[in-house]
Amino acid sequence: MTRRGLLPAALPAALALAGLLLAAPAQPPASAQSAAAIGPQVNVARLDYGLRARALADGVWVVEGTNADFSPANGCNIINTGFIATGAGVLVINTGPSRLYGEQLRALVERTTREPVVQVLHLNLHPDYFLGNQAFADVPITATADTRAGMQREAASYETNLYRLCGDWMKGTEARLPTQTIGPGPLRIGQREFELREFRGHTASDLVLIDKASGVVFAGGLVFSDRVPTTPHAEPKAWLKALDGLAALKLATVVPSHGPVHTGQRGLQQTREFLQWLDTSFTRWAAQGWEMNEVLRAAPPEAFTRWAAWPAEYTRNVAHLYPGYERAALQRGRQP
Amino acid sequence: MLRRQLLAGMAGLLAWPAGAAGDPFDGDPFKSFQWPELKKEFLGAKARTVFDARVKVQGPAFAEDPMNVPITVSTDLPGVQRIVVLVDRNPIRKVLELQPLAAQPAVSFRFKLEQASPVRAVVQTADGLWHVGGTLVDSAGGGCTVAGATRADGSWTQTLGQVSGRVFSNGNSAPGGDAAARLRVRIMHPMDTGLVGGIPAFYVSRLSVRDAGNRELLRIHTFEPVSENPVFSFDFAKAPPGPLRITGVDNNGNRIESQVE
Repeated sequence: MTRRGLLPAALPAALALAGLLLAAPAQPPASAQSAAAIGPQVNVARLDYGLRARALADGVWVVEGTNADFSPANGCNIINTGFIATGAGVLVINTGPSRLYGEQLRALVERTTREPVVQVLHLNLHPDYFLGNQAFADVPITATADTRAGMQREAASYETNLYRLCGDWMKGTEARLPTQTIGPGPLRIGQREFELREFRGHTASDLVLIDKASGVVFAGGLVFSDRVPTTPHAEPKAWLKALDGLAALKLATVVPSHGPVHTGQRGLQQTREFLQWLDTSFTRWAAQGWEMNEVLRAAPPEAFTRWAAWPAEYTRNVAHLYPGYERAALQRGRQP
Repeated sequence: MLRRQLLAGMAGLLAWPAGAAGDPFDGDPFKSFQWPELKKEFLGAKARTVFDARVKVQGPAFAEDPMNVPITVSTDLPGVQRIVVLVDRNPIRKVLELQPLAAQPAVSFRFKLEQASPVRAVVQTADGLWHVGGTLVDSAGGGCTVAGATRADGSWTQTLGQVSGRVFSNGNSAPGGDAAARLRVRIMHPMDTGLVGGIPAFYVSRLSVRDAGNRELLRIHTFEPVSENPVFSFDFAKAPPGPLRITGVDNNGNRIESQVE
């Protein structure tokens, strides 16, 4: 993992071009990579993601992405996907950012288990949860109704954006949408019993998968660890409520979609602290009349600046969320 | 004139003259081929310009939302007559022109960026000289050629010309702010660029702010690139007597009239 690989995709180019005049915030040193013990060994020349499966429990594997921002250097593989052998076939949780990823993930599943893939599950609508679906076209692909609607709405812009950000890694990728709707509640495949919980806040529908036998929780986008949360479809207040609901589930092993796998509430607590800071600060700054550029340059709690994807992700947080706080602060002007 | 520049230069390389001989960029620190043309088109062939670090333009390093790129222009130059914001690589390059009158020479707004580009503020002082500052914003593109949300869903007809806003006084602990008061105002308007098929240009073209004594505090001409439902911020060294009256017009003649406290 090079330092370059940790930089947000767009920033280096902008810095190089802007030279003296660009007042960009200083880059923090290579940020938190604490628990990424088994990261992928990316080979850009061969377009090989170097995916590896790490067993978290009997029959439960995680495939860890780089804890960073999208960039060609990491193949835009910044997501943790997973798969679970049930005795009656394998359940795959999310399919990654590209057709290539999907193909390499499927090959990894087949090397690792001796069972066929029988179902794909998407935890939310974001692009790296489903752009690998072309490799799983022969099995049922499942997501909630809201997630399916969201994917349909956003698919075209995801394709365009990821092609721009990731280049060759995206060759041949086309969005293939889920084929079946799945709701919250119990799910049984073979000998495995799962519980599906649906929350909202990170997106309109955030699914959490709990494997009952092992206690492993695939928390999707609700939990970020050592990584600035992404917010393109977020509602911070609803998200904080979802975290309360999630905390009540007594988490054992947590697989967040972004950032290291961990036990207990560490990632949940980090996500909560960040969202609380964002919500409180944005409310206060909007009430004091702050401009977006002032919000972009505000000093955050130091811990956040050591997380992966700072400051690029914060720039996005501001673009996504501050206008809403601003609107609430500007009362309707009266007609004379 | 020459002496002023030399003094400024000695005081910390604050300014340097433009137009070095044989330079295709006419001294532009961004080395943009558009700059000499921009200058001719919007400032006039004989305009005197100087690249000046005292003209501060702040934006994000990249445009997460190219339909809403936040820009803040400010300067501590005395005697500012007007501030013009130009974007080299936009299909429509002039974004706005502010006459600060009784306001501080500063403005914040959001605009539509079609592709990565320098964003410039050119500030004319009382001696007629244009001081040029800028920042570079990277972008995935597409800001000017996509219909806004209220145009796409038709809801703009319900809200056209509505104004919301507030005067924030003191307590404004924003970084680097020395203003006693700030007016933030939002005007509901689709701000169509005319570059989306079948939707002609439709935008707020002029706004003026007056205090309770009917004194004009500032005047701003706005153009197609300003974002849908624009939000502007204007700063004042002394809190003006309110309520403030906002008046304006769009290019179809629709009037804007509102009061803000």
